[in-house]
Amino acid sequence: MKIAVIQFPGSNCDQDALFSLRNDLKVEADYVWHGESNLAGFDGVFVPGGFTYGDYLRCGAIAAQSSVMAEVKRFAEEGRPVLGVCNGFQILCETGILPGALLPNINERFICDSIHLKAENQSSPWTEQVKDPIAVPIAHGEGRFIASQDELSKLENEHQVAFRYCSKNGEITPEANPNGSLNNIAGILNSKGNVLGMMPHPERITSKILGSDAGLLIVSGFQRVLATV
Amino acid sequence: MVTVRVNVNLKPSLLDSAGRTVTKSLVDLNFSEVSDARIGKTITLQLENYDEARVKAMCDKLLANPVIEDYSIEVVS
Repeated sequence: MKIAVIQFPGSNCDQDALFSLRNDLKVEADYVWHGESNLAGFDGVFVPGGFTYGDYLRCGAIAAQSSVMAEVKRFAEEGRPVLGVCNGFQILCETGILPGALLPNINERFICDSIHLKAENQSSPWTEQVKDPIAVPIAHGEGRFIASQDELSKLENEHQVAFRYCSKNGEITPEANPNGSLNNIAGILNSKGNVLGMMPHPERITSKILGSDAGLLIVSGFQRVLATV
Repeated sequence: MVTVRVNVNLKPSLLDSAGRTVTKSLVDLNFSEVSDARIGKTITLQLENYDEARVKAMCDKLLANPVIEDYSIEVVS
């Protein structure tokens, strides 16, 4: 199994993602430049965080137009594993691979913190191992998830909400919502369940030496999705 | 050359957090008549020729995100 870590101008979590995949998940992984139009030899895609193209126009809007994203879209449609974290989530929304959009945090501040997440859908390959609330780092200025009323109902009814912000004990409260996301949504799945986009950074906590390895529960979804392809 | 102005604004139903901050600041400056401020963006295009359908396509493909934004097109000169 080999995972592509997509690099755009302004990506800054690409090295963390590659390290996490190689060192902690112990799978093959390599960088792929955004101008590539071929992902031959790869089985899955990690779209990392950062500030692609300086967040000009809208977060992820320019990156979404790059040639490699057409290939990522094809991967997503074929049921292969695709994980977008932070700016990667924003890019997946901008390409239409995932529904909705991310707006500036409701308090207009960049938030760098540790929050708690609860897996909402416990039967998807990306979420099934997250049985209890886990602490995961966030670092974003524009993480307020929104979607139209119809789209939101569809996400809720079809169990596409992957993670919600919660209290330490797992309660979904307004106080536990760091950025004003609708329904405390921190991450969503596509309808097939092979694509996960989330604002928090599981790849930053896949090694005990970094304080926690709980992120492996999520990142290992690459292997579980591939097992079903 | 044709100058075209594309105005992009957050949909009225969405909370504009930056606009809310500006509203509060204006009220703090004693402009108490201000009940709301919303911040959009203007993209001014210089075009060799103007074709409305093509400018709409630019908006739909890149300049605006239909999930969160509305846009209007204004031919300036």
